[in-house]
Amino acid sequence: MEQNFDFKAVDSILEFYGNEQKNLITILQCVQADHRYLPREILEYIAEKMGISLAKIYSVATFYENFSLDPKGKYVIKICDGTACHVRKSIPILEKVRETLGVTAEKPTTSDMMFTVETVSCLGACGLAPVMTINDKVYPAMTPEKAVELLNAVREEDNE
Amino acid sequence: MGYMYVDGMKVKIEGEKNILEVIRKAGIEMPTFCYYSELSTYGACRMCVVENERGGIDAACSTLPRDGMKIKTNTPALQKHRKMILELLLSTHCRDCTTCSKNGSCRLQELALRFGVKQVRFENNRPEKEKDTSSKSIVRDPNKCILCGDCVRVCQEKQGLGIIDFAHRGSKLQVMPAFDMKLCDTDCVNCGQCAAVCPTGAITVKDETEKMWDYLADPTKRVVVQIAPAVRVALGDEFGVEHGENVLGKTVKALKMMGVDSVFDTVLSADLTVLEEANEFVERVKNGGTFPMYTSCCPAWIKYAENKHPELINNNISSCKSPMQMFGSVIKKWHEDSGDERELVSVAIMPCTAKKYEVSRPEFTENGKRIIELSLTTQELATMIRGAGIQFDELESEYLDAPFDMGGSGAGVIFGVTGGVAEAVIRQCSDDKSSGAIKEIKFIGVRGKEEIKEATIQALGREFKICVVHGLANAEKIIQATQSGEAYYDLIEVMACPEGCIGGAGQPFAISPERDKRAKGLYHTDERIQIKFSDKNPSVGYIYDEIVKGNSHEMFHVHYGK
Repeated sequence: MEQNFDFKAVDSILEFYGNEQKNLITILQCVQADHRYLPREILEYIAEKMGISLAKIYSVATFYENFSLDPKGKYVIKICDGTACHVRKSIPILEKVRETLGVTAEKPTTSDMMFTVETVSCLGACGLAPVMTINDKVYPAMTPEKAVELLNAVREEDNE
Repeated sequence: MGYMYVDGMKVKIEGEKNILEVIRKAGIEMPTFCYYSELSTYGACRMCVVENERGGIDAACSTLPRDGMKIKTNTPALQKHRKMILELLLSTHCRDCTTCSKNGSCRLQELALRFGVKQVRFENNRPEKEKDTSSKSIVRDPNKCILCGDCVRVCQEKQGLGIIDFAHRGSKLQVMPAFDMKLCDTDCVNCGQCAAVCPTGAITVKDETEKMWDYLADPTKRVVVQIAPAVRVALGDEFGVEHGENVLGKTVKALKMMGVDSVFDTVLSADLTVLEEANEFVERVKNGGTFPMYTSCCPAWIKYAENKHPELINNNISSCKSPMQMFGSVIKKWHEDSGDERELVSVAIMPCTAKKYEVSRPEFTENGKRIIELSLTTQELATMIRGAGIQFDELESEYLDAPFDMGGSGAGVIFGVTGGVAEAVIRQCSDDKSSGAIKEIKFIGVRGKEEIKEATIQALGREFKICVVHGLANAEKIIQATQSGEAYYDLIEVMACPEGCIGGAGQPFAISPERDKRAKGLYHTDERIQIKFSDKNPSVGYIYDEIVKGNSHEMFHVHYGK
């Protein structure tokens, strides 16, 4: 896990958005884009710099599902469980992926910080159902078997 | 501004910010959980709903009054609506009313009774959450929270702290500190205003009355009590006494009936504070010391400064201990000299929840023993009086105990209200000590409930600028202004609670106009006391000659950060 955070990068984000309270959500999105989650140390730093209470920032960060306070893996897998994907059997895909990677709903990230498995309510690609994304790349018409193949491919690619 | 019709009654609109205020003016007690006139309007609880001309339902707290507006406050639809809200609130609320510390003063309980909620049809399937008892002053029980957000707003808007806020969403929504930290790990200053505004038992003041009963029942203990200035004009509220009436005599009597050995008045040590602080001020003027000088009586303010402005600690902030701790040192020395073999238990009755924290500070502990063992709030004392079955309103007055039976001067009494400390110090430093001059000081601008007040005085042959603030958010504004060079003051008085100690979180809860009556009560007492100057109080002379004996620096001053 990362221990020393790049506060200079945070400073430049804050500077770009003029340190204004109304831009808090955008600022948090930028931080999350850099770290794949919102590290507590950085939230404390932002609170101090922006003059917003830490509790208020925590309030915003926990309100939106898209913000994560827990570190995420290098590859974030999103399995769509919207109505269209659900009726076209997304749950067996989810179960298979979780089983393969040894993760659960409560502990969505693998111990080696490689993969995080999440469900989303709709990716807006119902025509391609059931859909899965890996780091925002869309994979259409998935089956449990194809998902496992994909995972293996990602692992191999990462090793190279 | 025009008129509006409330249940057919014609009511004048006089600049009210919402129709709720107009309705209350018309004599109808609208139910609310989340509305306080002194805080921003939130509109969450929906209890204050009214029916408009078209049969639509509006929340009175967030609707502007309009000329010719016609509203109804009590129709079957509204009754049903309010009952449903209560039932839903109760559905996830723990129902152990009889053992709740808010029993009898809980707004949820009161309104459930008022609107006749006889049953709750829904099962409580919310998992039990852990209580936070980590704070010295405050207990937070999330199971009793109704999410009205009063605590969130008072902490942010009045104190500028924002220690607690809403977290998560939907059915998982909760009020908590960031990262669900324990209160003791946050920058909470223990002012307790969150507990004061909480309508239920979700945030309450730590109850230490049992400890006090144990001390009183123990024959090896000598229990000595001091009573803070602001307590005497608020305790009566709990027993149907006129708002703002000084009940010091009855309080002394009640304490004696419960078995306290000696009862003293913190007003006397406020006089000591006046002298020490005035001396310090004059010294700084003469020797070119640091300005502005800040007062140091309020423990929430001290904690705030430690967290946010460490540059002020042991520097701009007066080195004077609070009056409570000064008396603590005096009582300790007096006890040691008295030859009494019992163990001293020094107790303070305070309007304050932060004092519970102050007594535990290492600076006020000697050889592992606290100088003041216990600080009880006005409300805790009321609980004890009720528990003992004492008919408080019918009590005869009793005098304070020797050797401090003279009590304090008028200057010490007004410590309990915002501007009082500054006024007392000005009185002491002022060149003109005539009775006319005292009356003049009343009008220079330190009195009144405005949140930030400024005044100019003539003393020591020159002009001084004084600032008086209450609420830590206001204190922050003044600190910023002085540090940026925007404003200059010589003396700044800071009190964390609204209108000073009279609005302390340990007091029976009151907002204006009841709270204003407490200020009047203290000023009235000042007028009736013959001794107006702290240095003219014979007890003060006695303390310096017989007890302090030249050790005033050690006994009355403190260096924070032990």
